[in-house]
Parts: sequence; C-alpha cells; structure tokens
Amino acid sequence: MKFKTFAAFVGPSVFMMLLFIAAPLVSVFIQSFQVTQPILQQVEVETCTPGFLTQTCVTETKTVPVLDDAGKTMTETRWVGLQSYRNVLQMDKFWEAVGNGSWNDIMQIDFWKALRFTLSFTLLTLPLVIGVGLAIALAVNNATRSIRGPIIFISLLPFIITPVIGSLSIYWLFVGDGILTAMMERWTGTNISMFAQAWTIELLMYFYRVWHVAPFAFVIFYAGLQTVNMDTLESAVIDGASRWERLRHVIVPHLMPLIVFIALIHLMDCYRVFEEIVGFRSQAHVISLQWLTYDFMTPDDAGNRAISRASASAMLTMIGIVFLLILPLRRTWRDHKGSAH
Amino acid sequence: MSTPKAMQQSFALRFSSGAFLAFWCLLAAFPIFWIAVMSFKSPVDAFADSAWDVITGPATRANGDGLSIIDIALGLAVLYFAIRWAFTRLPGLVQRYCPPGLLVLGWIIGALAYAILFVLIFFGVLPLVLGVLNSLLGPLGNPVLGLTTQHYVAVWAENEFYRNFLNSMLVTAGVVTISLTVGTLAGYGLARSGSDLAFWLLILALVFRALPHSVLVAGYLPVFINSSEILRPIFGEGAPTLYGQPWAVIAVLVSINQPFTIWMLRSFFQNIPAELDEAARVDGCSHFQAFRRVIMPVMWPGVITTGLFSFLLGYNDFLVTSLLLDAQNQTMVPAIAGYFNRETTTTDQVEAVAAAVSITAPLFLLVMVFQRQIVSGLTAGAVKG
Repeated sequence: MKFKTFAAFVGPSVFMMLLFIAAPLVSVFIQSFQVTQPILQQVEVETCTPGFLTQTCVTETKTVPVLDDAGKTMTETRWVGLQSYRNVLQMDKFWEAVGNGSWNDIMQIDFWKALRFTLSFTLLTLPLVIGVGLAIALAVNNATRSIRGPIIFISLLPFIITPVIGSLSIYWLFVGDGILTAMMERWTGTNISMFAQAWTIELLMYFYRVWHVAPFAFVIFYAGLQTVNMDTLESAVIDGASRWERLRHVIVPHLMPLIVFIALIHLMDCYRVFEEIVGFRSQAHVISLQWLTYDFMTPDDAGNRAISRASASAMLTMIGIVFLLILPLRRTWRDHKGSAH
Repeated sequence: MSTPKAMQQSFALRFSSGAFLAFWCLLAAFPIFWIAVMSFKSPVDAFADSAWDVITGPATRANGDGLSIIDIALGLAVLYFAIRWAFTRLPGLVQRYCPPGLLVLGWIIGALAYAILFVLIFFGVLPLVLGVLNSLLGPLGNPVLGLTTQHYVAVWAENEFYRNFLNSMLVTAGVVTISLTVGTLAGYGLARSGSDLAFWLLILALVFRALPHSVLVAGYLPVFINSSEILRPIFGEGAPTLYGQPWAVIAVLVSINQPFTIWMLRSFFQNIPAELDEAARVDGCSHFQAFRRVIMPVMWPGVITTGLFSFLLGYNDFLVTSLLLDAQNQTMVPAIAGYFNRETTTTDQVEAVAAAVSITAPLFLLVMVFQRQIVSGLTAGAVKG
C-alpha cells in the first residue's frame, strides 16, 4: 500500500486522536504551570446612611473584581511554576507526617490517600479477576453443552451494565438496613453499617470490580480453552499427571498470553477507577486519583473550577501510566525488532 | 463427542463445579434482579429488612397496587408468546417485506414496530381485560403480589427523564456512526499496511487507550468554556460555545474511543483474506474501490461487533458527559447522579432505583439480541493477537 493511500485511510482517525487526545495532553501540561484568576482591585467605598443632623458616613476599602466593557470579570493568567503541584502534593505536610512516622497523617492528604487506594485497588483486584475468570471458564467448559448459552448470557450482564449503575445496585443491597446488611446483622447479632468506615467500603468496591470484570476474563479464557491441544492433555494423562498438574503444566501455560493480555487491560482500566466512588458515594472515606482530578474540575459552591490544580493532579496521574506501560511497551518493542530481523 | 475414559471426572468434581457455576450465576444476576424488584415496590417495601417482604410487597398491596394470580399467569403467558414470536416469526416477516438492500433499516423499523405493538398490548389492552376478569373471578382476582409502576411514571413523566433518554440516544447514535465510519477506514488501512508507521500508530493508540479520561477532560474544559472567544477570529461572531453542546461531546467520545475501535477493527480486517482485495486490484480497482465493492459487503460482522462496544462506551459514560454537558442536555447516566444528590426521602431513593433500572433495560435487551457478537468481539482482540 502506498503511503498516500495509507494516509488517506488512516488520516481522519489520526486527526481526531491528535486533536482530541494529544492536543489536550499538551494543553494540560501547560495549564499545570499556570493559574487563571480574576483581576482584583481595591476600591474605597463611602457608604452614607441618613442620621440625625448629619449623615453618618463610613469609608471602607473593598476588594472587587475588575469588570471589562461587557461587564464580565476580567481574568489574568500567570505562570506559577510548580505551585499547583505543591498544592496537590502538599509535600511539607507529607514530610512532617513522615517525620512523625504517622501513616494516618499521610492519609489525611487527599493526593496520597487517592494514590494509596488506586494502587491497592489495582494490585489486589488483578489476581482475583484472573482467578475467578479462570475458575468460571473451567466450570463452564465442564458443564453440559445445552446450558452454556444461558450461563454466558447471565455472566455477561455484570460486564455490560453501566458501571455507575452496577456499583449503585450493590450499594442499594447494603445501604442502611438493606437486605444483605440485615442478613449479616442477623447472623452476627451486631449492628453493622457498611458505609460508615473506609475498609468496608473498600471491600465492597473490590467485590464490585471483580464482579464487573470477571466475565470479561471468563469469556476470553473460555475461548482460549477451546483451543487447548487435546493430544497434549491426553499424553499428560498417560504420563500419570493428576488433574491439578494438568491444569498447572498444560492449560495455564497455554493460556499465558491471554493472562498477560487480561492483566494489561485490567491494569489500565483499574488505574482509572472512578465510577465506584460515584456509585458508592464514598468521597468522604475513599477517593481515587481520577476522582481527585474530577473533583477539582467540578464547580465549587462559588462556581469556580480549580483547573490548574486539576491539571497538576492529571499530570501526576500520567506519571503512573508511564510506569504501568513501560514494561509491556519495552516487550513489544523487542518483539517488533526481533520480527524485523 | 465422547470423552475418553481417562478424562472422565469423578462425581464430586462434577458436582462442585456445577455448584460453583450455580453460585456464580446467582451472584451475577442477583444485584440486577434485585433492583428490578425494588423499583416496583412502595418505599416501605423496597427497603424492608426481610427479603420476603421486598418480593411480596405487603405495604404496596395495602395501598391497593398488586397483581392477582390471574394477572401473573396471563401476563407471563403473553410475555412468553411475545418473546417466542419475536425470535421465530419476526425475522421471517422482516426478510419478506424488506427490499434486500435495506436489511438494516428493515430490522430497525421491524424492531420499533414490534416494541410499539408490545407496549400497546402489554400496557394498554392487557390491564383492561384483566380489570374485567379480576372483578368477575372473586377470590382468584384478589391481589397477592404487591407491585406498582408509580415510580416509573414519576421518573419518566414528572421528572422528564425522557429528555435525558433522548439526549443519550443522540449522543450514542452519533458516537456509533462517526466512530465506525472513521474507524473502519483506519482499521482497514492498518490491517493492510505492514509498514513501521502502522506499527507505531497502533502502539500510540495503545498508549492513548491507557490515559485516564479525566486527564483529557482537564484539557477540554477551559477551552470548551471559552471557545466562543477563542474561535472568534476564525468563525466571526457566530463562534459556538462548545461547552454543553452534544456534538462536541460526540466528537470527544469518538476520539477517546478511536484507539480501541481501530485495534478491534484491524483484527477483524486481518481475518478477511488479503487475496480478496488483491484480486479486485488486479481487475483494475483502486484501493478505495476495492474497499467499497469487495471489503464492505463482507465486513459487517466485525463492524456490528465494534459498533456494540462503541454503543456501550457512549451509553455508559459518566465522566465526560457529566463535566462537558450542562443540565439541559444531560444524558441519562449523569442525570441519575442528580437523583441521589437530592435523595432525601425514601420515595426519592426508589425513584432513583427506577431510573437505574430504566437505564439497564436497553442493555439487557442488547445482550439478549447480540450475545454472540459481544462474545466474538471480546475474543477477537485477545485470541488472535
């Protein structure tokens, strides 16, 4: 295919990606070093109230925003260097907390709290998703042919459901005296409230994520299981391998590329965990990196959006993505070079 | 296929694997099933302690809303025949009355007509018939199962949820059409070009896929809000403010979706033998003609599957739509966040549940109709490469 034809085919797609993905990245990078604020000026205002004999007049200085001709607030954009990053990271408080050796103090700072949750969320759900997905795939592969269709249908439901709605549906089962909380209270005989402390919310979030993603892993593993070489399995049986050894030494190595694929997709998706925070309404207890950026961007009570802090936190989130992708990308690069020679 | 004797499994293993599967199905379906049940009950029942009360709904029944045994039996029968008819007769009808070139359009019209007919019969004719039957039959006609549709009426009619629904449909339809048009071309180009540039584009797309959406939105937001001032030198006085415009959100979602779309379509196009378009090129077609006359007729399975995933992205999105759309143009998923922000009474809560079920219902239908395509889409990217 000639370059010109190739460019014509790929052009629109690349143009959209550059305009709406690459360009915003650059602008976020620039914004993170700037602050846009309304220009303020000090005005002396004399207010007079009618009084007996003479008027009572008070003079005071007020800070008011400067208005332009159209009556809008004028804003100025200043370069502030790393100020926004400092606001997000709050390193002084962080080092103070480290100096005290107090983990709880570190967890009081929004960014570090969000980072801690995002990382533990990503790393803890990964083995669970792969394990549960593989278990379902093996069980379905074991089941009678006629019930496989309905089971796949039911399994797809958690995967396809809107993430916010999915987490809400679990939230409603546990909120207040929801039926599952009531059931646990009956078993344990104690009063349980699932949304009053951070660790129970986190447990529910882990559960939700595994529930939501395991079907994806299951479908892929199931497709992979259809291509397992039966001859290898049979020779393993003849060699006297037990069921567990067959799983360990024949099936899992066969599925290894799929496991890597799922792990990569899962790491990418988990790192941007966000909908759970909205669905479980856990802002007060548990937040994630993406939610932190989102929160800076939503208008506060005065209608202001903290764009520069949002940009700084977005750039800090990006650093994590770089770490996440560096290994797989290096591998792909090596494969590509290897295949070229 | 008979399994060799050595591969046969002991009873205990078969039993435990079956039990595990049953447990998983329960786990997978239960939360969704349960919110569907809750949405039909009065607030007292919906948040009752005991599961039995939630299902039977005594308080709802006490309010005079309920189904008798006759209602349930007849309703289930109608439902069963309606679903059977949809899967056995409807395809034949569509194929008979539709000109062969416009099969997709025929299906859309057929599905719409079927939906309207179903709603008319199920919610129009059936209650009338049952009202007469219930009053005639005495004890059999007494309500046994509490059930009320008042929350749905409140959500859709009083709170004007249909506006959000229409906005969702607009955004989703735009995302699917544009991302497929752009993505198919790119996917084909990438699949047929073995150059280094194609490889690097794919890697770049993979990196873009990993970006958190909030990072990108942080880039759009200030530009979109001030866009009329920024664009004025180019467009003059009529420069639009992009913030709050559905088509701006469509463009954003299409671009966010592009990396995934081109990866997926590329793997589908790689499965179409390259000899096919080479033959067309030998016969004198240009690349574009070969694409239009030879590839387009055979690419539909892949395109439908990718379209499904684009649909899901547009439909399920919360972050982008909630930040870039204003209240008038809000889509369904962010609109539900508005429900739980003001959720003060339990009635509000059940209305939020009803809204959530309303959002889930189309997805449920989608899995029912397109299960095979979804599964093939999930495996296409992974198994082949």
